[in-house]
Amino acid sequence: MPTVPLHRIAQARSGDKGEGSNVGILARSEAAYTFLAETLTEARVQDFLKEINFGGVTRYLAPNMRVLNFLLEDSLGGGGSASLKTDAQGKTHGIGLLRPEMDVPSAVLDATPPPPA
Amino acid sequence: MKNKVLIGNGQGFWGDSILGPIRLLREGPLDYLTLDYLAEVTMSIMQKLRQRDPNAGYATDFVTLIDRVLPELLEKGTRVIANAGGVNPHACKDALLEVCRKHGATGVKIAVVDGDDILSDLDRMIGGGEEFNNLDTGAPIGDVRSRITSANVYLGAFPIAEALAGGAQIVVTGRGTDPGLVLGPLIHEFNWGPEDWHKLAAGTVAGHIVECGAQCSGGNFTDWRTIPNLSMVGYPVLEVEPSGDFCVTKHEGTGGLVSVETVTHQLAYEMGNPERYLTPDVIADFTSFRLKADGENRVLVQDTRGLPPTDTFKVSMSYSDGWKSVGQLTISGPDALAKARLCAKIVWDRLAYDGCEYSEEERLEEYVGAGECHAGLPGGTSDSPAEVVLRLGVKGPDRAKVARFGPELVPLVTSGPPGVTGFAGGRPKAQEIIGYWPALMSKHLIQPTVTVVES
Repeated sequence: MPTVPLHRIAQARSGDKGEGSNVGILARSEAAYTFLAETLTEARVQDFLKEINFGGVTRYLAPNMRVLNFLLEDSLGGGGSASLKTDAQGKTHGIGLLRPEMDVPSAVLDATPPPPA
Repeated sequence: MKNKVLIGNGQGFWGDSILGPIRLLREGPLDYLTLDYLAEVTMSIMQKLRQRDPNAGYATDFVTLIDRVLPELLEKGTRVIANAGGVNPHACKDALLEVCRKHGATGVKIAVVDGDDILSDLDRMIGGGEEFNNLDTGAPIGDVRSRITSANVYLGAFPIAEALAGGAQIVVTGRGTDPGLVLGPLIHEFNWGPEDWHKLAAGTVAGHIVECGAQCSGGNFTDWRTIPNLSMVGYPVLEVEPSGDFCVTKHEGTGGLVSVETVTHQLAYEMGNPERYLTPDVIADFTSFRLKADGENRVLVQDTRGLPPTDTFKVSMSYSDGWKSVGQLTISGPDALAKARLCAKIVWDRLAYDGCEYSEEERLEEYVGAGECHAGLPGGTSDSPAEVVLRLGVKGPDRAKVARFGPELVPLVTSGPPGVTGFAGGRPKAQEIIGYWPALMSKHLIQPTVTVVES
């Protein structure tokens, strides 16, 4: 099975939600959505972001938009105006979560147009 | 009844570019221009401004904008809805009347929607049994009551519709839901009722898509290389039908891109449970609608479903939560990261010598350039950056201790390792931390008011 960064099969956007952040992962195809819904679990995201998020992870699905929505509980160093961090609003967490690599079946890759170079 | 209403949102937050709304008015047809100026901490900042000056406490940027566009606004008949009122919407209205006088514009109707500010009623409401427990943590209001500096209810869209029915060309509100700025004119134009849940949900989804301005038309997009002409990005325009189905687009000839992907980026933003997007008017189901490309820069959103709203309003309170101070230095190579680590140690050592020690929770070290945003992720960090921006910060309840930190940064330029620079903007000062306290309260205690005046 080929190993590719998540960026190959998904897009993302993130922002603040209280003391944590909300990371939306957008699958680039139906096949990629089905694959991600099975494999990109709360535990997997928790592990990928273990140096960024220090609380739990909750996942919601919106199949009509091919979106997986992750809520990170503690990823902003306090959140709002209490945060001292440069990314106090988690704006970079989305594209960050596109960096890790996963083993993706060739059939899924074939059905998913790659991001423009 | 119109068969289509055109609504553009020109402001995603207080600080967004003034070119957004100016170009929305100038470069294509528009029935309504909406503008979102309020973030959670904004209300608290505005309360402070009003304490110093009874005529302050609203978004002055909005008055500047109207001063620039009033002749065009009147000529085209575009109506404007802005939550620029902050904690003093009537002062905002008075400033707008003054702008009308300056331009010699008479007969302009301006409406104020308020009744969202419950700060002065808080104790009476608590006495009456409202709990105001923290919605996120469950903590009791007593923990922060004496430090609360603002308290506002998120009002729904019906008072905005009432203001428009009263003939207002400009509607100024205080705290309300962001999507309500768009839903209000739809309720007014299409006579939607409080039980038209699917339509109210559709208007809410429409409002959510445009509420961050250019974030749905090509801004902050993953495949950014594919977005044409971001310099002249077109802010979003909605074409809404009486059924609630709508098209997201932008003015012809503007930069940016409206595609299913750019719209979905925004739909996935600031969302909790997509099946239950709560507003005071409706519960919108973000898993219900269908998205469909409809030619160049046009995306259709159809068949949105909604459920009856809850019987509570969300309240946004802010409270004084201590002090913070953050500053930065730039450290060049060679050995930028090692030198930056030494700089941080020197600052903490000198402060400790002078009696100021900060716990792990009270202080922050960041090495921007070495991998702060994407710590622990592949490709997210570098052991040998060419240069580093060292960001140091402290926080805590003791203002003097926090303020002591700032003056110890700049001395590093002459008393640290070589190649330290980038100290601009003076010594970092202690700033108040504004805590955010979300809560729920009974709807029946709130009476929104609508006032219409004429210039």
